[in-house]
Amino acid sequence: MGESKLDLLQGTLDLMVLKTLAATGAQHGYGIARRIEQVSGDDVLLNQGTIYASFIRLQQRGWIDAEWGTSDNNRKAKFYSITRSGRKQLEKDAAYWQRLSDVMGRVLAMSPEGNLP
Amino acid sequence: MSALRRASARIRAFFQKRPLDADLEAEIAAHIEMAIEDNIQHGLTPLEARRQALIRFGGIDLAKDKQREARGLMNLDILLQDIRYTFRSLSRDRGFTLVAILILALGIGANIAVFSVVNTILLRPLPFPNSQQLVWIAPPPTKCGISCATFSTDAYDEFRMYSHSFQDVTGYYAFSTSGNLSLSIGAGAPVQATSIDVIANFFQLLGVQPAMGRSFTPEDSRDGASPVIILSDAWWRRQFNADPAIVGKAFDMNGHQTTVIGVLPKSFDFGAVFSPGVKVDALTPVDLYGPLRTQGNNFTFIGRLKPGISLAQATQDAAAAAPHMCWLNTIPQSCGSYAQRNGKGGVVPVPLKDYVSGKLRRSLVVLWSAVGGILLIACVNLSNLLLARAAARAKEYAMRSALGATRTRIVRQLLIESLVLSVAGAVAGLALASILLAWLRHQGAIALPLLGSLQIDGAALGWTVLIAVFAAVFFGLVPGIRMATNNIQETLKDSGPGSGSGRKHERLRSILVATEVALACVLLVGAGLLLRSFLKVLDVDLGFEPQHAAAVMVDYDIQGKTRVEYLQNQSIAFQQILNRVGSIPGIQAAGIVDYLPLGQNRAWGTPFPKGVKPPQGLSPSPLVYVITPGYMRAMGTRITGRDFTWDDGPNSTNVVLINKSYARFLANYTNWPNGSAVGQMLNDGRDLLVAGVVDDVHEESAEGDAGWQIYYPVTQNFPNDAQLVVRTTLPPATMATSVITALRELNPKQPVAEFRPIQSMVDHANSPRRFFMLLVASFAALGLTLAALGIYGVISYSVTQRTQEIGIRMALGATASQVQRSVFVKTLRLAFIGITAGAIASLFVSRAIAALLFNTAPADSVAFVAMVLLIGAVALLAGYLPARRASRVDPMVALRNN
Repeated sequence: MGESKLDLLQGTLDLMVLKTLAATGAQHGYGIARRIEQVSGDDVLLNQGTIYASFIRLQQRGWIDAEWGTSDNNRKAKFYSITRSGRKQLEKDAAYWQRLSDVMGRVLAMSPEGNLP
Repeated sequence: MSALRRASARIRAFFQKRPLDADLEAEIAAHIEMAIEDNIQHGLTPLEARRQALIRFGGIDLAKDKQREARGLMNLDILLQDIRYTFRSLSRDRGFTLVAILILALGIGANIAVFSVVNTILLRPLPFPNSQQLVWIAPPPTKCGISCATFSTDAYDEFRMYSHSFQDVTGYYAFSTSGNLSLSIGAGAPVQATSIDVIANFFQLLGVQPAMGRSFTPEDSRDGASPVIILSDAWWRRQFNADPAIVGKAFDMNGHQTTVIGVLPKSFDFGAVFSPGVKVDALTPVDLYGPLRTQGNNFTFIGRLKPGISLAQATQDAAAAAPHMCWLNTIPQSCGSYAQRNGKGGVVPVPLKDYVSGKLRRSLVVLWSAVGGILLIACVNLSNLLLARAAARAKEYAMRSALGATRTRIVRQLLIESLVLSVAGAVAGLALASILLAWLRHQGAIALPLLGSLQIDGAALGWTVLIAVFAAVFFGLVPGIRMATNNIQETLKDSGPGSGSGRKHERLRSILVATEVALACVLLVGAGLLLRSFLKVLDVDLGFEPQHAAAVMVDYDIQGKTRVEYLQNQSIAFQQILNRVGSIPGIQAAGIVDYLPLGQNRAWGTPFPKGVKPPQGLSPSPLVYVITPGYMRAMGTRITGRDFTWDDGPNSTNVVLINKSYARFLANYTNWPNGSAVGQMLNDGRDLLVAGVVDDVHEESAEGDAGWQIYYPVTQNFPNDAQLVVRTTLPPATMATSVITALRELNPKQPVAEFRPIQSMVDHANSPRRFFMLLVASFAALGLTLAALGIYGVISYSVTQRTQEIGIRMALGATASQVQRSVFVKTLRLAFIGITAGAIASLFVSRAIAALLFNTAPADSVAFVAMVLLIGAVALLAGYLPARRASRVDPMVALRNN
């Protein structure tokens, strides 16, 4: 694996879960975890188990819903879906991350003289 | 919004642990299964597929823990876990737990009980609406007690007219004797009870509503009104079986058909407020304008201030009204006499609350401090016990922290342990206190106000919680901090005796024990001083001999058209009674008096030597007693000169007996041959021959100074009542039946009256002092026991720790007595430090309680020396057992151990 994997920043996992649910629709825990791993190109160090703490946090805030259902291969699983207030929150958080990463990009792109590229 | 939602979700989750856990379990299982299937589809073997799935998932338990942490209230979970653990470890250590709870229960129980007493007597307002407006109006306390704190009918009227700061003023007749009411129902023997005459507006002014019926109206107290009575709740229950239809019924009371117009509420007890320790069964309206009008100062004043009027304003107002007040309006010289009564301002309102409980403030504060001391000792003791326990568990804690427990978690554990203990102690203490209070409530004979309303109320419960928490923090914190600052590695290595932390523990414990000894010492000195005072009070020469004497109320009915005829009939009736009773075997002497000492009293005026003009603005008057010949002998009061005889009749010279103090006072104004008043003539408008001078009798209490007294013969005067006093050769109680039978033979209307040993009256007067002394003494005994336990614990622990060292010493040739001595020296050093500190503290404390002492110096050497000897002896005893154990250490066994 050469390069070591990225540690997740506090709060990023919740945002990833929200975005994944917004993109895929209702999905079970394993599916969400896999999806995040795939999208991140296996760059993120994700213990799949930690995602369940994120689910409960989001659920308790009313941003996602959960329901037991059946998976494609007829297995009982809990399906999560994003709620209306979850979408709003996603918009807010995404905008915030965008701004933060822009700022970080500009700060890190500083040349030794301090001129902007 | 979402934060609020989350919080409530977390709380809900906390209570649904089981279903949520099961849900999570199922979800994780499904997750793993799906991952395995996926992996198999990618061509892995089932075993490898499972391994990979588990690796990708991370720790299952960790995931669960994280989810639970996010889901519920983790801190509360840990707290519950700690409490459960505490219960487990405490129930494993049953002996320790029981001792700890017992010590706490004693300390906390004593505190709650005393707090309830303090709360009832000092803190809580009197049981009347707006009771802060109520004032007692009287001159400042003087030698002649209640007799100088009363006013006449005319003074009452003038005061009401000329004062403006009172909503109203009321009062009661201050000179009723207990047992003054005789109730006849059917043909049976009359029943004796006590009733107080009150001014008709008494209940309106206090704001007391009868539980049944109505209160008095001015019509009830008019001359010639038909007699009415209001019963106390207790008497209504006892005597009338709580008859719900009692109002309107009439009974024969003192020979008059008297209608019951009301029953008082249970919350109002006249005796509890105005004359502690006396049972008042009923209240009757007084006719202010009847014969009492000319009979002098009969009434106490109680006023209710107008809203917004301050005490200072009322004081000024009362002083302004005083010059208008006359003893009797028809005697102009008597006007204004109240203003400079007793040489001071004579009409002064003080808060009723202060009148009722002001005298007790100091005693109660001392008592309160004493139980506070007990609580401190109990806490120190427990701290010590916990420290010993913590030392024994040091390894356990070190192990736990090596396994990842944080320091806060361990200290929290210790605090929870002490909190659990002190809550258990508080509950047990509450039970103990309620038993104690239930007992106190029924001590009607203790002359303390409001005792009947003692109870554990909200304030007491709050106090309990407060001291329980205080105790927990106090005795839990010391070992907690000690544990937290310990070095884990040191502890784990600290396997043998003599190493650093063991020593440190011991030093701390020694300091705690020395503190305990010092506190116990202060308590003991205090108790010793109070005990000495009490013994001194018992030793006071009362001026009469209470042993082997008893009194009983006599009913008599005298008729006579003229004064002379009446007095002659009265003499005959009393002679008959005394002859009959005097002939009973076992009766040495008998006499009759109208007021017994240590009870009610009154004054008539101040007779002066004949020919001497009394100085203006004169001081208190002597207390008056009307007696038969033989009374002095029955009471055991010595006479110089002669006693009255039955021949001092209505037509012969008026005679009196005066006491030594009064004779001494009068001697200042005249020149008596031989300086003796015997045979001299006094005058108060009529000539009075001093037949004899008698010993000073303590009429208010054993502790007070004896005032002035004057005795008049029944052959020439009208007694208010008749108390038969007998002196017996046998114990007085055994004579009760024969005396009462004899009285009933002479007069069938004689009620079955209480036969009261005079000693019991003395005891009653001494009861508050006895009460405080006993309480402080038992607290001191408790403190001493706890301190002894503390010494024993520390010495015994150090012997156990040093068993090996002692073994080596003995193997090297130390004798048993040398070992014993070294343990003793240790004990003595502890005791010495504690006693020295305690004795110094006691010097200050004893000065603070000096006002409570009677004829005892605050630095009374007897009390101090006795205390040092006592606590020293107890310390030695507490050290003896471990010392003996140390001297019996078998070197071989000790060395082989460990």
